[in-house]
Amino acid sequence: MITLDEALIALGGGVLIGTSASVLLAFNGRVAGISGIIGGLFYAKEGDVRWRLIFVAGMIAAGLALASSMPEAFTTLDRPTWTIILSGLLVGIGTRMGNGCTSGHGVCGLARFSKRSFYAVCTFLGTGILTATIVGQILGGVA
Amino acid sequence: MSESKTLGVSLISGILFGTGLVISGMTDPTKVIGFLDLLNGWDPTLAFVLAGATGSHMLARPLLVKKFPENVASGVEKKVEVDRQLMMGAAIFGIGWGLGGYCPGPAVTATIPALGSTLIFVIAMLAGMFAFKWNQNRME
Repeated sequence: MITLDEALIALGGGVLIGTSASVLLAFNGRVAGISGIIGGLFYAKEGDVRWRLIFVAGMIAAGLALASSMPEAFTTLDRPTWTIILSGLLVGIGTRMGNGCTSGHGVCGLARFSKRSFYAVCTFLGTGILTATIVGQILGGVA
Repeated sequence: MSESKTLGVSLISGILFGTGLVISGMTDPTKVIGFLDLLNGWDPTLAFVLAGATGSHMLARPLLVKKFPENVASGVEKKVEVDRQLMMGAAIFGIGWGLGGYCPGPAVTATIPALGSTLIFVIAMLAGMFAFKWNQNRME
């Protein structure tokens, strides 16, 4: 379990993410769905590339800026490499097929009461919980 | 709006998003799996992050709709029906998420500080995104 302080920090971090989504939608008319922003770079139309790259650069810059003060936030998973590769492929294919990930469906979609996003979130939470729990029984927990 | 303003908004939004992910602990895949794995000491952090993110955006939306109606209308997905592709995609994404503990945002934010398996994940994810798009274009 976690402490009250940790819960409040998580909530506060979440508010930053929600604010980011509000800013991008208000001023650029874009949904802050990360899989959509990144996936849209492939076969992108003219003039639709730079804002995506700059958004990703902003995320990377935030990671770099906090890397030395919060090293524990960048822990990596100690699991066989083939599971990491398989995981990446499934996340890449699944988010494009389902038109969104945790941010697009979870944050932006749920916030506007989208039926599609509600179904998507219930589905990926369900298969995510099932997968993590089964794999945890086979390979052991990660915490 | 000029292009430089659009890009400035993208940069600020990306920095806010990445900062939120790091502060809330979502760039640590062990915390994400700690939430999804119900049988190895449950970690509820992810629920608070989602509550903060979705909740704050939900509360801001009425104001956004009022002040920026055109941008809000143009931004959101037009499709409304729940179809096979949506459900299949979400199911596949969930399996990958539960296996590796990364969704796209945290993985990209953590790539350079974490390197190692995170970089491998991101390369595989980009390959998966490209493969899907390539196949989709081929079918059309």
